[in-house]
Amino acid sequence: MFANLPSGNEMLAIVPQMIVAVLAMVVLLIDACAPKGSAGRAPANVSLVGLLVALVATITMASSDTQPVLGGMVISDHYAQFFNIIFILTAIAAVMLSVEYLEREGISHGEYYALLLLTTSGMMIMAAATDLIAVFLGLEVLSIALYILAGYARERLASEEAAIKYFLLGAFASAFFLYGIALVYGATGTTSLEMIRERIARNGLGQGDALLMMGAALLIVGFGFKVAIVPFHLWTPDVYEGAPTTVTAFMSVGAKAAGFAAFLRVFLDGLPVLADQSAQVLAALAALTMIVGNVVAISQRNIKRMLAYSSIAHAGYLLVGLSAAVKGAQSGVPAVLFYSLGYLVMNMGAFAVVIAFRRRGEEVLEMNDYAGLGFRYPALGAAMTVFMVSLAGLPPTVGFLGKLYLFSAALDAGYTWLVIIAVLTSVVSVYYYLRVIVMMYMSPPETEAEPTELLSSSYLHIAIALTAIGTVFLGLLPTGILDMANAAWQGIAQQIAAR
Amino acid sequence: MIFLPVVGALILAFMPRSREEGQKRVALGTSLLTFFASVAAWASFDPAQDDKYQFIERYTWIPQLGISYHVGVDGLSLLLVVLTTFLTAIAILSAWTAVERRVKEFMIFLLLLETGMIGVFLSLDLILFYIFWEAMLIPMYFLIGVWGGPRRIYATIKFVLYTMAGSLLMLVAIIGLYFQSGAGGERSFNLIEIQTRLATNPLDPQVQMWMFLAFALAFAIKVPMFPFHTWLPDAHVEAPTAGSVILAGVLLKMGGYGFLRFCLPLFPDSARQFAPTIMALAVIGIIYGALVALVQRDVKKLVAYSSVSHLGFVVLGIFAFSAPAMEGALLQMINHGLSTGALFLIVGMIYERRHTREIAEFGGLWKILPIFAVYFLITTLSSIGLPGLNGFVGEFLILLGSFIRDPVMTAFATTGVILGAIYMLWMFQRVMQGPLERPQNRGLRDLNGREQCVLFPLAVAMFVIGLFPSPFLGTFDKTAVKIVEQVGAPIARPDSWSPPGPEAAPARTEAPATGAAPLAAVALAGDTPAANLGTTASARPSPSPESPPNRGAVATRPNARTPERLNARTPNTQGPAGERR
Repeated sequence: MFANLPSGNEMLAIVPQMIVAVLAMVVLLIDACAPKGSAGRAPANVSLVGLLVALVATITMASSDTQPVLGGMVISDHYAQFFNIIFILTAIAAVMLSVEYLEREGISHGEYYALLLLTTSGMMIMAAATDLIAVFLGLEVLSIALYILAGYARERLASEEAAIKYFLLGAFASAFFLYGIALVYGATGTTSLEMIRERIARNGLGQGDALLMMGAALLIVGFGFKVAIVPFHLWTPDVYEGAPTTVTAFMSVGAKAAGFAAFLRVFLDGLPVLADQSAQVLAALAALTMIVGNVVAISQRNIKRMLAYSSIAHAGYLLVGLSAAVKGAQSGVPAVLFYSLGYLVMNMGAFAVVIAFRRRGEEVLEMNDYAGLGFRYPALGAAMTVFMVSLAGLPPTVGFLGKLYLFSAALDAGYTWLVIIAVLTSVVSVYYYLRVIVMMYMSPPETEAEPTELLSSSYLHIAIALTAIGTVFLGLLPTGILDMANAAWQGIAQQIAAR
Repeated sequence: MIFLPVVGALILAFMPRSREEGQKRVALGTSLLTFFASVAAWASFDPAQDDKYQFIERYTWIPQLGISYHVGVDGLSLLLVVLTTFLTAIAILSAWTAVERRVKEFMIFLLLLETGMIGVFLSLDLILFYIFWEAMLIPMYFLIGVWGGPRRIYATIKFVLYTMAGSLLMLVAIIGLYFQSGAGGERSFNLIEIQTRLATNPLDPQVQMWMFLAFALAFAIKVPMFPFHTWLPDAHVEAPTAGSVILAGVLLKMGGYGFLRFCLPLFPDSARQFAPTIMALAVIGIIYGALVALVQRDVKKLVAYSSVSHLGFVVLGIFAFSAPAMEGALLQMINHGLSTGALFLIVGMIYERRHTREIAEFGGLWKILPIFAVYFLITTLSSIGLPGLNGFVGEFLILLGSFIRDPVMTAFATTGVILGAIYMLWMFQRVMQGPLERPQNRGLRDLNGREQCVLFPLAVAMFVIGLFPSPFLGTFDKTAVKIVEQVGAPIARPDSWSPPGPEAAPARTEAPATGAAPLAAVALAGDTPAANLGTTASARPSPSPESPPNRGAVATRPNARTPERLNARTPNTQGPAGERR
């Protein structure tokens, strides 16, 4: 039985995942060993250093392998590498956002960082998984850690409510997902994506097979919940609003990207036989998601809720690219990859600015409270403007270029109607993103008497600066990143073609 | 040159907030430098080849998406660029005292806006064009929203949303063109390549129609054409003076420019198909704008609605598809930039003094503001198209060229000229003449040196264009002919027309050289309706081998309702231009 132990080479393929997972344990130990309250910022600093090591490992790793390892469970290809970079950057940003925020909120404990790192490792497993079981494993590692994180501000009722809601609905979604896996297994007798593909081809299963169709549909439901697409989005606003803002930022970017990573691989690699039907379903969901997300966001007064609906809308845009990719557009996958990275910088940045403003010892969350802040804090105001402009998809930012790429992929796939819905809803989105700018620059401050204070930690300021620079940089000089995204897609395309 | 203003803006961004005077000087210096650069470009521009792109720069930018940094200037964009840099410098000078708070930010946004505007006119890559087109919105949004009047937020959001709605659909069409361009090789957003490929590989009529509509909507909103004009009065009225000047002077021109640069050459069949509709809308816009302007009580609103009316003429001229109308439309875009820009400045100056724009609050100002009155009068007369001033040349050419296409519509449009004279002169009379009744108006001081510096160049430009139009027309006469040919000759048969070559030259030099006296050039156009109507090919008398098919092509052209009359005329507006060479 020891013959089944993985070889050293095989373990190399998951070095980044292991670094992050081990890091989580180390952080937990540091917190446990240090006398109460003396750990200070050590867990955060250790997490940052460890994440940087993992980032270097991911980038330098030879990832030309096109064969799944560890019994066909995971693969370390350019695609996984690209997503790993996204996840690690998200985690780094989240840590930098959290340090002072947690201290101010009085919830600064080491296990926060441990949970954050565990979530990250779950995401990384999802992106690398080539077996439905591995996908589920990653999904659960990610979800369970996130349930706890959502309720991390346990003294606030809203945070507890968010955790419970997220947990209950998330458990349902996991069950749907698992049931989907079971049905697919029933139809094909395997959970490995490669084998599923082969067996479907060999047994002539396909579009008429009820088990397979049901399984695929349930998988869509499961993924749809994780990435918050309509109509599986109902948890999103409450959870995003209730959870600590840093957690909201982290999950809006990271969990979404992880969901899309696995979503794409499962449908491209495992179930291409259903491409036509699933593309249709996904396109319809994309249209619905963009419409609901953008239209409801208009009426939000709380900036976290606004960003929550905006994140639903952005899931819709990503879904446009996804359905194009499933339909067979060559630029679909790289477009989704590029947009995920772009969403990382612009959304993390926006949340960072939200975190930075405080008043009377609390976060400033009502849109009206932003009145006049733009001129009082020119640097933060300028950064927020960049993020809002980018989220709205105006040039010269990554938001524009990403959308351009997504929409051109969708047009390539023949989804003209979907692209028209996408641009019309983008016009709607301009309204609510610009309203933040209106508030910051054009409304007279109403609450002059109550001074706004600013979080002063250099972690946060560096994070804001880097994300703002990234937002503009990726909008102007994306060539290198686009090459990476294309390489990631070529890897998958070769795998698919090779079989 | 495009990024010179950005450099200025960056310098400004790092200047200390307290040194406002220095900031203004840096901004003005940057804009003047840009203006001189554009004038230098004009001086070295070869007007003999104004239908070719010159000063082309091209670098690969995002090869994965087929996007390149590709800029160049031709007769269509040259003067618009010069107008942009000219008006920006004037706007900065005009904002010297009008903007009291956040001077630094104001100047930064103005300079960024200038970069966006120049970029729009120079881009030869569709995505680059789109990026400048949209990026320009952001500074304008701030200019109106932060420094505007009481209803500024409503106005600025309306402005952005209207523009976005149109332009995002245009983006879809741009991406669509990108895929269509892939039919004959590598996909590209390059305007020139797309154009050559469409020439050999025409679009499916249905696709062409939708793409035309997507582009046309974006430009129609920008122009703005009736019924998409409702954002304009709000934005104009609420914007600060410098913003109004730029908005009226340059931004509105982008619609017309877009029609000429993209809609007509890329989608000629659809353009012909929709031309009657668009001309009708233009005429409605002319009359509607004029009528609404007539009843305004607010001077700024009146000027804003007059813009709707004037821009109607431009669109009419563009879609008449005849060379003189096209040239007139181009010249009228420049004229409107100058005269309406000046009107907004004048309104701004009077508002600075009295803090009201109600017409009823004024009256008899001539007596206390004699210098101001002179500039106001010149501008008013220029706006209503008095011969000898710039407005006349453009309007006349448009009406002349359109009359051949559609006499009825042109007749209606002409009433717009009359109405224009009525509302402008009536306004002038109520503000400047009559008894000086209001005591508050007694203490007003006349223009100071800076304000005269602002208005003087504009007034000079009005006279120069009015009296010596030929050098201006000369920079785009061949471009206009080329665009008319692109629309007129079915693009599916690219060999049925040839660009105006050397054989056209004799015909032009034959033209009576009455352009000797500059005023006579105008008079000539008025007395003998012998302009270069239709295409050069149709009017070209030389027995060049491709002449017979050319005539055939013209005669079968759906819109050439009176081909005989077209052919009967000899090319003549080329007279002054030809003589200059």
